Amino acid sequence: MARRKKRKEIFALGNEAVVEGALLAGCTFFGGYPITPSSEIMEIMAARLPKIEDGVFIQLEDEIASMGAVIGASLAGRKVLTATSGPGFSLKQENLGYAIMAETPLVLVNVMRGGPSTGLPTCPAQGDVQQARWGTHGDHPIIVLSASNVQECLDMTVTAFNMAEKYRTPVILLLDEVTAHTREKIEIPNSGEYEVFSRTVPSMPPEWYKPYEETVRGVPPMPPLGSGYRFHTTGLTHDRNGFPTQRPEEVEELVERLHRKIDQFFYDIQLVDTVMTEDADIVVIAYGSVARSAELAVQQARENGIKAGLLKLKTLFPYPRRQQEKVMATAKTLVVPEMNMGQISREVKRVNTGRASVRTINRIDGQIVTPSEILKVIMQG
Amino acid sequence: MNGFTGNEIIHQYLRHNKKFPHVLCPGCGHGIVLGTLIRSIHSLELPKDDVVIVAGIGCSGRLAVYVDFNTVHTTHGRALTFATGIKMANPKLKVIAIMGDGDALSIGGNHLIHAARRNIGITALILNNSIYGMTGGQSSPATPEGAMTMTNPFGQLDKAFDTVELARGAGANYVARGTVFHVKKLEKVLTDAIGRPGFSIVEAITPCHTQFGRKNKYKTPVDMYKWLKSSAMDVERYNELPEDKRAGRMPIGVFVQRDREGFEELYYQRQAKFLEKVAKGGK
Ligand SMILES: Cc1ncc(C[n+]2csc(CCOP(=O)(O)OP(=O)(O)O)c2C)c(N)n1
Ligand code: SF4
Repeated sequence: MARRKKRKEIFALGNEAVVEGALLAGCTFFGGYPITPSSEIMEIMAARLPKIEDGVFIQLEDEIASMGAVIGASLAGRKVLTATSGPGFSLKQENLGYAIMAETPLVLVNVMRGGPSTGLPTCPAQGDVQQARWGTHGDHPIIVLSASNVQECLDMTVTAFNMAEKYRTPVILLLDEVTAHTREKIEIPNSGEYEVFSRTVPSMPPEWYKPYEETVRGVPPMPPLGSGYRFHTTGLTHDRNGFPTQRPEEVEELVERLHRKIDQFFYDIQLVDTVMTEDADIVVIAYGSVARSAELAVQQARENGIKAGLLKLKTLFPYPRRQQEKVMATAKTLVVPEMNMGQISREVKRVNTGRASVRTINRIDGQIVTPSEILKVIMQG
Repeated sequence: MNGFTGNEIIHQYLRHNKKFPHVLCPGCGHGIVLGTLIRSIHSLELPKDDVVIVAGIGCSGRLAVYVDFNTVHTTHGRALTFATGIKMANPKLKVIAIMGDGDALSIGGNHLIHAARRNIGITALILNNSIYGMTGGQSSPATPEGAMTMTNPFGQLDKAFDTVELARGAGANYVARGTVFHVKKLEKVLTDAIGRPGFSIVEAITPCHTQFGRKNKYKTPVDMYKWLKSSAMDVERYNELPEDKRAGRMPIGVFVQRDREGFEELYYQRQAKFLEKVAKGGK
């Protein structure tokens, strides 16, 4: 085997790592509007994208426009990124629904800040978890990822792009302020080291192409605008030709396919890391920066002779149900620390259905959840 | 001339796999605007593949579905934002945004201002029927003062937006107004607009007898077209009228005509220069 080229190491912010990941994944278009604590993503993109052939950076008049612009650019064949925080995330929701309906790949990073409303602009929180799941209207599947350290910001951004392209859907990457603003040493993989996925384009002659056709994976091929495949894109419920329809069987076929193209690939989409869960009596389920506190707490618990483990969620939605069930084979107690009033613990409880006891730790004061707080609850058993 | 009648041209551009009839009320002006748009595109000899029609939401927004171009039916008020992304991503495409007056001036007002200020190479075609047609006849920012709608029990209290003045103030490259009664003139300004660089706005005054006329003494489509005929006049003539004779008259024609290069052209030019410098080892 050829010797691996040494990876470049840099000292980077979480937000900076997102940019590195996006560029590695082939992103050539960013549209956004500044808001703390996500702004560095935009600023660094503004510096980096013009250095790439055809790289486009554009600052829009607001988050609604940003979302519209990245959807438009994606339809024109680009891999696109937009980034925001709390209030901006709210503004993006209507067009997020459009992207789901029109099956438009894009990556939306939301660096969460305290809320509701303008809330705590610079303090950590994890209050947008359920908004990421249900923020836009209607029944729809969604992919929501998270990251707990700077290297993961890079890796999960690449993953987000890959999933967006593979499944023709928007993917949300939820970060918290601690992760986004921590500076750590990370490795930049060499190009070719990571698998980079791009959307499938049609190979049939344009006259044969049906833009929303049924396929084995449930994901229809997607040509860029202007490439000879002329079709209609709409947020209205549409038939296989892309034209608006209200016929029950066509409506059902579309909505069912939108769900199925995600559902049947749970194994690919639901990503978790486990730390010492094989024999654990007590398992902490955490995500984002809280997962780092949890990992330390679990190690300290082990030093104290307690069989503790960590299930770290890197995918929040579709919720990794099977992975939770796996740890529940040994664990009698689940501990769910979060910087919110219990937005993932409700998923944990839903899967648990009374089998284990669920202990929650909730902080909503703009402060991080510390290892000792988690350890204390673990020690109580 | 190419020997085609108007209809034959239009048939070349309609989608053969789309089920007709269309959703518009008989007598609605929107269909005339669509016909005009098709003839403009035809006369510019633009290949179908190079044209992208981006539409908002409303009766006007539904036009996109019938024509054989790349068509994107967006969210209410956001057509220009999608169009901006498309144009920046692929500047070779001719991007035309079709919007209603509610779409363009109310919910999408901010995007209109900024697209004009940015001078991005898109043509905004605003179908102004003074009302919200699709949702059943509520007031729009273009409803004339005193007019009756579903949502102003005393008649419209506030002043209507003047699309032309708004566009001029925001810095649009090209601004024109026409009506569906004066079809040839409308076609001329639309062709002109699409053929130019930078951001252009064409306001097409198009009657909605169903929602607006019915409540405002224009019972039939014919009443509405008669009104267009009598109230519209060329802007040059309008400008010569004394102030007191202008009431009830609507100037049509070209109001702003500049040829600044579009935002996307500027961006790619600057970027090319920058990349050249970087390649030579500069910073
Ligand atoms: C965010 C949002 N708000 C409201 C609506 C409802 N809505 C649909 S069309 C429309 C107004 C249409 O009026 P206009 O833009 O003037 O177009 P017309 O139908 O008159 O051609 C409204 C308010 C919507 N679709 N989306
Ligand atoms: S409601 Fe008005 S604008 Fe809509 S189709 Fe009917 S006449 Fe045209």
